Amino acid sequence: MDLELSDTLKKVIDGLSDQFSDSFIEVYQSTGDTFVRVEADAVVDICKYLKSTHHFIYLNDLFGTDRFTSEERFEVVYNLISLRDRERLFLKVRLPEEDPRLESVADIWKSASWMEREVYDMFGVHFDNHPDFRRIFMPEDYEYHPMRKEFPLLGIPGSIELPSTTPDTE
Amino acid sequence: MGIESSLGDGYFTTKVDALTNWARSNAAWPMPMGLACCAIEMMAFAGPKYDAARFGSEVMRFSPRQSDVMIVAGWVNYKMAHAIRRIWDQMPDPKWCIAMGACASTGGMHRCYGVVQGCDNFLPVDAYVSGCPPRPDALLHALMKIQDKIRTEHSVMLDT
Repeated sequence: MDLELSDTLKKVIDGLSDQFSDSFIEVYQSTGDTFVRVEADAVVDICKYLKSTHHFIYLNDLFGTDRFTSEERFEVVYNLISLRDRERLFLKVRLPEEDPRLESVADIWKSASWMEREVYDMFGVHFDNHPDFRRIFMPEDYEYHPMRKEFPLLGIPGSIELPSTTPDTE
Repeated sequence: MGIESSLGDGYFTTKVDALTNWARSNAAWPMPMGLACCAIEMMAFAGPKYDAARFGSEVMRFSPRQSDVMIVAGWVNYKMAHAIRRIWDQMPDPKWCIAMGACASTGGMHRCYGVVQGCDNFLPVDAYVSGCPPRPDALLHALMKIQDKIRTEHSVMLDT
């Protein structure tokens, strides 16, 4: 497939494939956006490089997907924006079903902190070196990750506590 | 003194139940539990157009200590359920509860792990209002149903 890249994005893609030739897997376009898939162990270096060299100072979004039944089940997607160049780039990382683990990028973009917590809460992807690694939506002692495809839509009955229907005697 | 002065000489008889029920049913002060879109309709219910004041229920207390009717307006998630139940427990008896709208009644369109599928899972609900969101007049109807319920209650003592 021929890529239709703007001059700035072309520089970014060329720079990535030169600097990180071992970790660079593929680049493709879909619905007008450009996606780059890279190896998981290089993600911090690549993010640092994109921020410092190509001015992707704004991490617009960071989210997980569950490619249930596929090889490398989980995917973490970084939606990067360069405000100066008005460019958007999606960075994708695939992770195995067993012990999905990734390095945190919260040092690079502060906003990644909450988003990584959300990915952990919903999909069970662990982020190493995260400054405050806890669940963000579900209770601390909750055992499941609700956005995983095998999780029942209505949840597991009794897994979250409802209030007692006999009044407290405080 | 008191009532005799306006009625003149004479007397009337009634039951204490009838008197307290009359008083209670015409002063059912809501505890607004506005959680989502239904809360906007609930505001209209108290506002001048629909005017819950006609039924003595315009006094939104925002304090459990002085309210009689809790209106659960909106979807209830598991975290909020504990706060709602605590406020309900702080309301003095006798008290009533309206589940306003599809979400508070059954979970509505939020058929998911985070939302309680109906606030009757942890509250004793007296009136359910259908709709998403229901119109303010539907909430008035629920209020009138509760007034009917109060009026037929044996609140003081049972006849034996």
